[in-house]
This record gives sequence, structure tokens and C-alpha cells, in this order.
Amino acid sequence: MRAITALLIREITLARRIGAGAGLGLMFFLILITLVPFAIGADQRLIGTLAPAILWLGALLATLLGLDRLLQADEDEGALDAMLMSETPLILLLLVKAVAHWLVTGLPLSLAAPLLGVMLALDPAVMLPLALSLLIGTPALTFIGLIGAALSVSLKRGGLLLSILTLPSAIPTLIFGVGVVKAAEAGREIATPLMLLAGTSLLALAIAPLAAAAAIRLARE
Amino acid sequence: MERLLALANPARFNALVDRLFWPLVGATVLAFGYGLYGAFFTAPPDYQQGETIRIMYIHVPAAWLAMFVYAGMCASAFGTLVFRHPMADVAQKAAAPLGAGFTLLCLVTGSFWGRPMWGTWWEWDARLTSVLILFLIYLGIIALWRAVDEPGRAGRAVSILTLVGGVNLPIIKFSVDWWYTLHQPASVFRMGGPTIHPAMLTPLFVMGLAFLLLYLVLLITRMRTELMERRAERLTILAASRQGG
Repeated sequence: MRAITALLIREITLARRIGAGAGLGLMFFLILITLVPFAIGADQRLIGTLAPAILWLGALLATLLGLDRLLQADEDEGALDAMLMSETPLILLLLVKAVAHWLVTGLPLSLAAPLLGVMLALDPAVMLPLALSLLIGTPALTFIGLIGAALSVSLKRGGLLLSILTLPSAIPTLIFGVGVVKAAEAGREIATPLMLLAGTSLLALAIAPLAAAAAIRLARE
Repeated sequence: MERLLALANPARFNALVDRLFWPLVGATVLAFGYGLYGAFFTAPPDYQQGETIRIMYIHVPAAWLAMFVYAGMCASAFGTLVFRHPMADVAQKAAAPLGAGFTLLCLVTGSFWGRPMWGTWWEWDARLTSVLILFLIYLGIIALWRAVDEPGRAGRAVSILTLVGGVNLPIIKFSVDWWYTLHQPASVFRMGGPTIHPAMLTPLFVMGLAFLLLYLVLLITRMRTELMERRAERLTILAASRQGG
């Protein structure tokens, strides 16, 4: 238990001090949103229609941003070897790392999304469903990314490969996430898509640490 | 199981494959001859789709193989991770580009078929989208094979990716279907006509068999090439170390 708390504190401190986590992800998100009107024109109605899609795509890309350093940094400085030899199971440690990553990227993104939604002329009625969908859906993106990070940890140019491996698996999360907002827009109940989204996150939570730990172990044989 | 383990020796594998290779090639040629003749000459044109129905005899077997190859890769991945079977690793590597090829063939012929039938080259239909995602997953697997230098390590990493993809594919398929029912389609596409008549079904199955045989021939050839490449690489390293030492 002490190892887990220590790792969680270390991860968050590192993210805060190096600035690779919360600040940068959020900045990327903001810049992406700023680029949108330039790409599609200043038509408020059109931007409002596209807003949920833009915010979800932005969250997806911002989550990817920090993932290539998630395990790579530990591999470079040898911390990953220490984790492998630790008494605490690797699966648990990876889970903690993923949770820490979500706390500094997914969580701030979800909280900032309604604010950015205002800039994108998002219907005020769907602000809450959007934030809720991001809050429940972004953990799935982090966990799926964890598998990609573990597979590409020992590669020199892992960053690009990581997105290619990760993005196809993120499709269900994207579909259900945008589905929540679409349901709210159409005035339907959002419980069903939210539960499906929660299911994707939970499944990713169950599989990802296992697969990632196996990938790291097998790469060292 | 014991038979399967005996094949872990590349020499035994090669001996078996040498005996099987030409009969398999012959069977492939025969099946394609019969199947293509049936598809293009004896099978009747569809009463709604006319002659374009003949695309089906390429398109549908390619779709079958696209999924079959992935299932085979999952089995090989399991063999690599659990039994450490060296041939499973080689089979996986050989199968990935073939699977991607069949998937691409399915997409391209589907596009050719869609143009006259639906009036569009591409439609974001649930099935089309799922096959496209399958193609992307194949490309990811090939990219990972190329990124890791050492074949053993690459094999284990790819096995995990393949199995994760295998768990994911049904979810992706389901979610894409769900997404598609959310968006009301502009028009409803349905395969015209009643259930398929035997005059069409027989050539279709023969073509399916021909594709399967072709896959086996290509797979065996690629596996043999891969084995030779690995051996050549080992010999090069050995020669280099002798020179250095």
C-alpha cells in the first residue's frame, strides 16, 4: 500500500514539475479548439453542431500526447527495472501509473470541456452530459494507451507507432462518448450510452494492466 | 498436440511443406479454374443487380479470408505466448500482410460493386467501416513487426497486440453497428432478391475454397522465406563474430 501511494505521489509530482502532464495537455486542447474556427469558418451554428465531436477528438488527441513518455521516461532512467523487481505486482504499479496519468490529463480535460464548449457555441443543455461523458470515457483512453505505451516502450521511434496501435481500439469509446451527447441533444435518456461508456472503461481497466505488464515482461526475456 | 510440437523443428516443417506444396498449388489452380468459370459463365446474372453480381465471387471470399486470417493469427499468438511454439511466431509474421491484402481486396472490390449499385464509391456503412478498422488493425500489427528488430521479441509483442485486437474486434463491430443505427442512413441498401440460389451458391463456395487454398500456398511460401531469412541472418552474424574474434 505504501509503495502504491508513493508511486502515485511521485507520478503527480513529476507531471506537475516537468509540466508534461496537466498544463501541456490542457494547452494543447485549447489550441486545438482555437484552430477549429479557422478550419471550418466562423459559422456559429455549424461550430455548435460540431462541438461535441471536436471536444471528444481533442480529448482523444490530448490523452495520446503524454502517453509516449508514460513508460519511456521510466525505462530510460531505470525506474521500470526497479518496478519489475519490486514486491508489489507490476500490474498494480502500472494501474497506479495509468490512474496518475488520468488524474493529470483526463480529469482536467473533462473539467475544462464545458468551458471550452461555451467557446464552441455548444448547447448549454448538453454541457453536463458532455463533461460526464468525458469523465467516464477518458479513463478508457488512458488504459488503452497504456497497452500501446507498454508495447512501444523499448522502441526508438515509439511515439508515432503508439498512436497507430492505440487509435483503432479507441473507436468504441469515441462512439459511445459522442453518443451520450447526441442522446442528450435529441432529448433522449442518456443512461444507456453512459452505461455502455462505463462498460468500455471498465473493460479497458480490466485488460490493460494485465496486457501491459505481460508486454513489458516479455520484452525483457 | 505431439504432431504440432514435432513441427517446432524447422527442418521437419520444411520436409512436410515440401511434400504438400505442389499438390496445394495444383488444388488452388483447379479450384480457381472451376470457381472463376462458374462465376463468370455458368452462374446466372442477378435479376436486380445484373452482371455486377459477379463481383460478389471475389468480394465475399475475400471478406471471409480477411476474418479467417485474423482468427488464425489469434490462434498463432496464443501458440507463441503459451506454448512458445517457434513456428507459431513465424506463421503470425507471414500471415499479417496476407490478411491485410485480403482485407484491402475486400474493400476495393466492395467499392467497385458499390459504385454501380449504390451510386457511391464509399459509404460510411457499419460493415464497410468495420472492415476498414480491421484493415487499420492489420496495418498496426505489420508496423509493430517492422519496428522491433529481434524476431523473438517482436513475436511476443505482436502476439499481445493481436490478442488485444481480437478482444476488441467484436466490441468495435458492435459499437459501429450501434453508431450506424444512431445515424439514420440517407437511403436503405439491401442486397436485392431472395436468398441465394444454388446456381450462385456453388461457385461462391468453390471460390471461397480457392481463396483458402491460395492463402495456404502463400502462407507456406512466406513462412519458408521467413525461416531462410532468419537463418541467413544468423549465419551472417556468426561469420561476422568469427572474423572479429
